[in-house]
Amino acid sequence: MVSPLAWAKRNSVLLWVAAVAIAFFLAVPPVQFVNALTLGAIYALIALGYTMVYGIVELINFAHGDVFMLGTFVSLSVLIDLMGVTGPITNPLQLTAVLIFILAVTMILMGAVGFLIEKLAYRPLRNAPKLAPLITAIGVSFILQNIVQLWKGPYKTNFPQFFPMDAALMFGSVRIGLINVLVIAVALILMIALQLFITRSKTGRAMRATALDPTAAALMGVNIDATISRTFVIGAAIAGAGSVMFGLYLGITDFSIGFIAGLKAFTAAVVGGIGNTLGAALGAFTIGFTEVGATVAGFSRWKDAIVFILLVAFLTFRPNGILGSDSSDRA
Amino acid sequence: MMNRMREYLLRHRSLDIVLRLTAIAIVLPLLAATPIFGAFQPFNGWLTGFANAAIFVMLAIGLNIVVGKAGLLDLGFAAFFAIGAYTYAFGASAYSGNDIPFWLMLPIGAIVTAIFGVAIGAPTLRLRGDYLAIVTLGFGEIIPNVLLNSDKYTLGTNGISGLNRPELPIIGAFKSNEPWPWFILAVVLIGLIMIAADRISFSRIGRAWEAIREDELAAASNGINTVTFKLLAFAIGASTAGIAGAFLASKLSFVSPDQFKFSVSVTVLSMLVLGGIGNLWGAAIGAFLLYFVQSILLKQLNEGFKGVPVLGEIDFLQLQYLLFGLALVIMMLRRPGGLFPERRVARHRPGASKQ
Repeated sequence: MVSPLAWAKRNSVLLWVAAVAIAFFLAVPPVQFVNALTLGAIYALIALGYTMVYGIVELINFAHGDVFMLGTFVSLSVLIDLMGVTGPITNPLQLTAVLIFILAVTMILMGAVGFLIEKLAYRPLRNAPKLAPLITAIGVSFILQNIVQLWKGPYKTNFPQFFPMDAALMFGSVRIGLINVLVIAVALILMIALQLFITRSKTGRAMRATALDPTAAALMGVNIDATISRTFVIGAAIAGAGSVMFGLYLGITDFSIGFIAGLKAFTAAVVGGIGNTLGAALGAFTIGFTEVGATVAGFSRWKDAIVFILLVAFLTFRPNGILGSDSSDRA
Repeated sequence: MMNRMREYLLRHRSLDIVLRLTAIAIVLPLLAATPIFGAFQPFNGWLTGFANAAIFVMLAIGLNIVVGKAGLLDLGFAAFFAIGAYTYAFGASAYSGNDIPFWLMLPIGAIVTAIFGVAIGAPTLRLRGDYLAIVTLGFGEIIPNVLLNSDKYTLGTNGISGLNRPELPIIGAFKSNEPWPWFILAVVLIGLIMIAADRISFSRIGRAWEAIREDELAAASNGINTVTFKLLAFAIGASTAGIAGAFLASKLSFVSPDQFKFSVSVTVLSMLVLGGIGNLWGAAIGAFLLYFVQSILLKQLNEGFKGVPVLGEIDFLQLQYLLFGLALVIMMLRRPGGLFPERRVARHRPGASKQ
């Protein structure tokens, strides 16, 4: 006989998701519910990189938010300069091809950026005092912001609206934008792929081993440097996918978005339980709901502050996050 | 004779600081009066520049306590700077109607920022050190955000102007076009802050900070209450920023959220990393040098390369933050101790040198 409390503890994830979702669903119109999910999906794509890197090298990679920001501009350049897309595309086949191409190219390029950052800025400091890589990370973040500012200028830049923004699916009387479906689907597919990769592949096993105990993993023949490098590449590539989705969904970017986006994604990682990939996704949806909730309640100017309070509250009362106690899942 | 003097000063560190600062306070204006310096900007411009640089010197010394001594990465130092400045604006301006004298506002600003430091540090300092970095990063972003959005009290983006200036019995209120009183006040404040920082660093508290920085677990097992001491470092560092904020606010007679952006925090961190993390004078010199690189050198490069192909088209002022970022990364990789690394000196106790 399982006591209700033990059951609740074992299924805390489920309860958390259900509680947040039901509370939210009752409180706001369905459209906002879908918006919150979409925003959460984008944050999830950024948060995964934070949580993976933290899980494996225990470094808060401050540059990650700016990798995401760089990704928005890279995808913008790929779209306009490489593919010459400026207006709407109506042919569904062509649209799919463009989407797949831009996702693939951005993810590969951002993966390369992640590789370079790790190799040049973090790897030489692997055995340095803790403060050194943190300071380097903030330096890299600042460098990325200013490179983009020099490259594209300090202005807000619009994305070409090639995706049909008014296309929608009807569920009874509820209308859900195709763009929302796309963003959520891409995020879900990538998250499932990542989860499979971490749990099933050889590299994934190496990543989990390194996260648990780098020395023991090295003794078992795991190439630590290569594993850490791959973690950065995967994290940056997924953030790149997030950049494409961000551009499609919000249609605007500038050199400074990485800061707040990174902060929120990190909060998501903490809320979910840092080092835990599933937790990062849960945390991201929590942030999405919090933010849209704040906007609906008329506090849109304060939403950044509210997310920050959420971060401090979690660090105070539940520093291990929603899923934190389950450390076997770290990767 | 020289040797005996050196030994005497090693034992009387506060006197050492006073003498050095006095020398600097005499040499700097003399230098500024030379034709070479005059070619860049007039004498009064230099003197004002020194007083402005002093604000960053104070910030760097404060951050040095947090980052250098206790090993806690604070990425939102500008937030405490902002709190100090706005506290001054609320305490001493026509806008708020309060008229507390500058000299009283200095300790008030220090106390208020210290309280904020404890409030933000207490939940996070119990946890791993790197969480503090992200929380302070968020705090540094949120405080200007809050100041901007609470326009009912802070006038939002317009800022609060017409703040009171310091007053002294004989010379009366300080004026913006008379740099001498500001310069002397800045030197005195730096002297006081330096002496305090130095005395604390060489006390039981300072030794506890260093122990925590080097190995928190070992420090804790040797009976150091790590949370209390980390909190103390955080609060003292914050209060220094509060004093710098009050000085800035009274000097400009104006505060606005724009003055306290994230770039200020990174600038101060760059100054510290450049000068030498953990070294009091290194932090001060790093701040001083970088301030003038920022305010004079880059401007001069723009002027100097005007008309030169390629170089003439680069806006060096726009490059400054890129340079700061690069400086952080390159210094960490190549010279983590900074230009003036922290020295481990044997503590001089009375009689110790006779052995």
